[in-house]
Amino acid sequence: MKPAPFAYHDPRTTTEVCDMLATLDNARVLAGGQSLMPMMNFRYVMPDHLVDLNKVTELAYLRFTDDALRIGAMTRQRDLEFSAEVGQRCPILRAALRHVGHRQTRNRGTVGGSLCHLDPSAELVNVTALLGGTLHTASKHGSRDIPFAEFAAAYMTTSLAPDEVLAGITLPLPQRKEGYAFVEFARRHGDFAIVACSALIRLDGEGNIEHAAIALSGLSHAPVRPAAIEGALRGQKPENAAFKAAAAEAEKLDAMADAYVASSYRKHLARVLTHRALEQAFARARKNAND
Amino acid sequence: MTDIRTISVTVNGETQQREVETRMTLVDFLRHELNLTGTHVGCEHGVCGACTVLVGGVSVRACLMLAVQCDGQDVATVESLAHGDELNPLQQAFQDHHGLQCGFCTPGMLMTLTEFLRDHPDPDEAQVRDVLSGNLCRCTGYQAIVAATLDAAKRIREGV
Repeated sequence: MKPAPFAYHDPRTTTEVCDMLATLDNARVLAGGQSLMPMMNFRYVMPDHLVDLNKVTELAYLRFTDDALRIGAMTRQRDLEFSAEVGQRCPILRAALRHVGHRQTRNRGTVGGSLCHLDPSAELVNVTALLGGTLHTASKHGSRDIPFAEFAAAYMTTSLAPDEVLAGITLPLPQRKEGYAFVEFARRHGDFAIVACSALIRLDGEGNIEHAAIALSGLSHAPVRPAAIEGALRGQKPENAAFKAAAAEAEKLDAMADAYVASSYRKHLARVLTHRALEQAFARARKNAND
Repeated sequence: MTDIRTISVTVNGETQQREVETRMTLVDFLRHELNLTGTHVGCEHGVCGACTVLVGGVSVRACLMLAVQCDGQDVATVESLAHGDELNPLQQAFQDHHGLQCGFCTPGMLMTLTEFLRDHPDPDEAQVRDVLSGNLCRCTGYQAIVAATLDAAKRIREGV
């Protein structure tokens, strides 16, 4: 047996989940299992109680409104990847999912699981930061709506209380004319990225940049939204000089280091990937403007 | 503390009922409880893909699922592919193209590709390489596996 012993619970409703989390000590919530199961097999994580969400069917859904997409926490990454409506109305999500693990892990892995695991390089976390998503929690004491900026508390640590469960997220949809890009660098396809960069660009009637958004993963414990760089792009002509200047500023952002990747290399990647992302997002925005 | 449940799982068309510890992974259940040792255990943390099986028709890492999660589900392993001694077209193509050397990764490769070829009967090489990114092979360099997959797709399409 790889995992240490635990008591297994398979509730059917969110209410039952909340009751369990309010009463059980040292409980962990199991979503798709693509991160928690390895940690349990290694015995990095040894919960006394495992609360499996896989039978809570009310937590798996995709709902579009006019300007937002609401996703249940137990929605599989696979279901987003193969949703035609996601491809049409939130194409950056599909582009990002193409980098998430592999076919077999996306078949099980969930949106909520990825967000709560909060790996610094996770693609779904990056897109949630870029789009300014809101996380919806449930607990015995009621529900909370947490803006993404307040959700990431520390390295791989969310601001969820021990008795709270993530129920779903709302992502504001990019406007139809906005161009998007998602680029990353990893040693092997499907690995966690060393640095990832996503971008959105919207052009005004004269073809200048009306709005730009950038999210960089791999520099810090959570994706960075460089407000100064985004602001400086506003009103500029979408030319190489503007993208180059933005990329040079991205290289100046603080970057963490670990045993494998130096801070200076992450900064280098931040520059290169920001430049590529802006170019690609602009190319798509220009195409959308002409359609 | 031992947490035990009785589960009923349909494996390769046969319904099996067993008492299992809830912490038992699916791959250990297949190998140790059902003696279906065709499914291999490699890394046990979801990286190598050797333990890939189909649950409800979709490919999953059997080391990252608990057996208890498969209660009431349909599981297909590599043992479901051949008919007696007769290899199925995918297995035959692997043999013909030398798509394996030591064979350790092969059960996972075959189950990943079983799902893939069902959903993509006419894939191109890039699609094959993309889907195989989740299965590690340390012998072949993948070239022969890709060739076998493309040939198998052709054979299945042509019904030979």
